[in-house]
Formats: sequence, structure tokens, C-alpha cells
Amino acid sequence: MRLLTHNMLSSNIKGVVNGFPLRIEAEKVVEKNVEMNGDFLKKMFEKIEWKAFVEASRGMGYTELPEEADSSMLDSNEFLNRFHHALLELHLEEGALVCPETGRRFPVKKGIPNMLLHEDEV
Amino acid sequence: MGSRPEAVAPPEIFYDDDTARKYTSNSRNIQIQTSMTERALELLNLPKDGVPKLLLDIGCGSGLSGEVITESGHHWVGLDIAPSMLDIALDREVEGDLLLGDMGQGLGLRFGMFDGAIGISTIQWLCNADKSFHNPHLRLKAFFTSLYKCLTNGARAVFQVYPENDDQRELLSSPAMKAGFSGGIVVDYKDSPKKRKEYLFLVCGQEVPLPLPEGRTEDNDDSGSETNKTVHVLDRRRPWKIQKNNKSEKGREWIKRKKEQMRRRGDDVPPDTKYTGRKRKNHF
Repeated sequence: MRLLTHNMLSSNIKGVVNGFPLRIEAEKVVEKNVEMNGDFLKKMFEKIEWKAFVEASRGMGYTELPEEADSSMLDSNEFLNRFHHALLELHLEEGALVCPETGRRFPVKKGIPNMLLHEDEV
Repeated sequence: MGSRPEAVAPPEIFYDDDTARKYTSNSRNIQIQTSMTERALELLNLPKDGVPKLLLDIGCGSGLSGEVITESGHHWVGLDIAPSMLDIALDREVEGDLLLGDMGQGLGLRFGMFDGAIGISTIQWLCNADKSFHNPHLRLKAFFTSLYKCLTNGARAVFQVYPENDDQRELLSSPAMKAGFSGGIVVDYKDSPKKRKEYLFLVCGQEVPLPLPEGRTEDNDDSGSETNKTVHVLDRRRPWKIQKNNKSEKGREWIKRKKEQMRRRGDDVPPDTKYTGRKRKNHF
């Protein structure tokens, strides 16, 4: 699972008001090279929740993203490279996602988070 | 043949390792899935500005549909409930991210993230109550409301479906309309029982006219077709003798009519020429 997907996922448990962002418990992180596309990154930058994104990248062991970011930084190639790497190239392979409100763990196996809810959570 | 998978078992049980492997290695199935995905992408009508879009693939299974999305240059996130199918998707090293989840529980995705959504042979599974606490109406409602939330304004969602009857069509489309979507069902190759495909076409927040279905000739206009197509029952009760006389007359007119009929179904038919319906020479 890439951080792009993590930034969209929220906990869907019944009664949870703010299930975003899910905390990352990383056990194994892999990197896969992906071709960079500046236009796509610029479009995604508007949609990404930056604070959650930086926190998630730290959870995965990548610390080179700035705390704050605004759209003017997108002109810098160095920033784009880092953003691209964190957004699309880092994969959470094994670990878990934890709901910020209830502490419920969604296990991640072979890169696939198991978001299935139990009967009483729907 | 003929039995519907959703009538056999719940998806996560029906698609066990064995079925999932068969499903993905059957070349005919691959071809059908691919062409349906291509058609769904065409209906999505994404802006062609060269910027990759982010799409949601509901019921992505082994990633057959996802590969088509990747080929057309877009990013995707797939959701499926059957772990065996997702395992195969991993083996095939698909480009998109995979999620194990149940669409009937709602999607749990943030507001306005996706530029479109597709689902190939997926949402009819929601019409079944596979567990005692399942309620198809509530599950469809949860699915469509959460889908509406995670799409951007003006985004489209296209679901290829095999509805069993009009009741099921209504069951599928009414919660979508209640969730705020506009749209309807597009039927391709309406006259062909084999090629006929139905797509639930939904638009987020805007009114857009339904796209034209494929496999239709001009004379076959959509508006009055339901009433025009009433079967003339009386014709069938002609006296036996007349009926028999008519049968032996399979002349040029009859051949032309049959060819026209097959064309309307979308079959490959040779063109009408001066040789059409001509008798062969008597060689002896």
C-alpha cells in the first residue's frame, strides 16, 4: 500500500466521527521505482492532507519531507522528487493501520490492508 | 453453465484459490473483462488532458480491469472482498494499490479524492443477503452514499451489471439516485442475447444526458422502442395451412430480413449484393 492510498483511507467503524488519519505501524517497508509525472503530483498535492502525509512518511521511516508545504514549493525539482518518492514509491508491506479513535487495528499483509469490519462495527 | 455466481455462494467463498486461478487464466473471460472495462472507461469520459487520473476499481478481483486502467495511463486503487483474487492480483504485479474490504460496509475513503469509479460485474453481489445481519437495501445505500462522497464533483461512476430482472435494476439504481447521483442504465447490443451488456451510469452532482449505447442502428430509436416492440400474438394463430405455405418461401426478402435482424444484434453479416438469395445453377 502506498501513502497515496493511506492518505485517502479513514476508519469506517460505526460511531467513529474522525477516523482519519490512520496511524501506521510499519514492520516492513519496500520501495518500488515508479516513473515521475509532475502534472499528476501537482494535482494530487491539492488533495493530499499534508500533515497526515508527513506523519505517515515518518512512520514509514522517511524523514525528508518538510513540516509545512505550499503549492509554490512544487516548482522545486528537489521537493517534487521527495514528494514523488514518499507518495508513490514507498510501500507498506507488512504492519497495521490503527484507528485514531478506537484503537482498532487493521492488519496489512503482503501490502494489502484488511479493512473488513466485524458485524458489530457496521 | 447458466448459473449465476452470486446465487451459489458469497463472493469471498465463491472465489476460492481454485476458482480465482481459473477465472484469471481463462482467455475468453480475460477478453470479455477487458472489453467491458474498455467500454466502462469510454463511458467515464475522462478529460483527455494528458494528466493521469485517480480511479477507483470496485471489485477489482485479480486486477484484469486494473490492467486496462494502467494501460490507458491512469492510477487506480482497487477494492475486493475475496482474498484469493487479491493474491492473484499480487502475483500478476498489478500497478494499483489493493484493499481488502466489503463495499456493502461503506468505503471509508476521504471526500473528493477520486476522478471516477468503475466496477465490472460487481454490484449485483450487493443484492444478496449472504449473512443473517445483511440487508441489501442498507448495504446498497451505504455503498452509494460513501461512493458519492469520495468522488470529485462531476466525476462519473460506471458499473457493468447483469440484472436478473427489472426489480433488480430498480433495487440497484434507486439507492444510487437517493445518494445524489444522476444517470441511468445504458444497454449495449439490446437485441442480442449473447452480446447484451448493461452499464449503470452515474454522474456525481451534474445532469448529463445518457451516452448512446453500442450496437444500435438508426431506425431503432430508443424513445418508443418499448411500445413498438410488442409481440403480435394474433399473427401466430394463423390457420395451419397458410403457415405451412409461408414456411417454404424463404426467398430473397426473407434472407434480407434475417440478415437485418442479425445486424441489429451486432453480428458480423456479409453485405447485401445482387447475389444475395440467388439460386445456384443446375449443374446436372
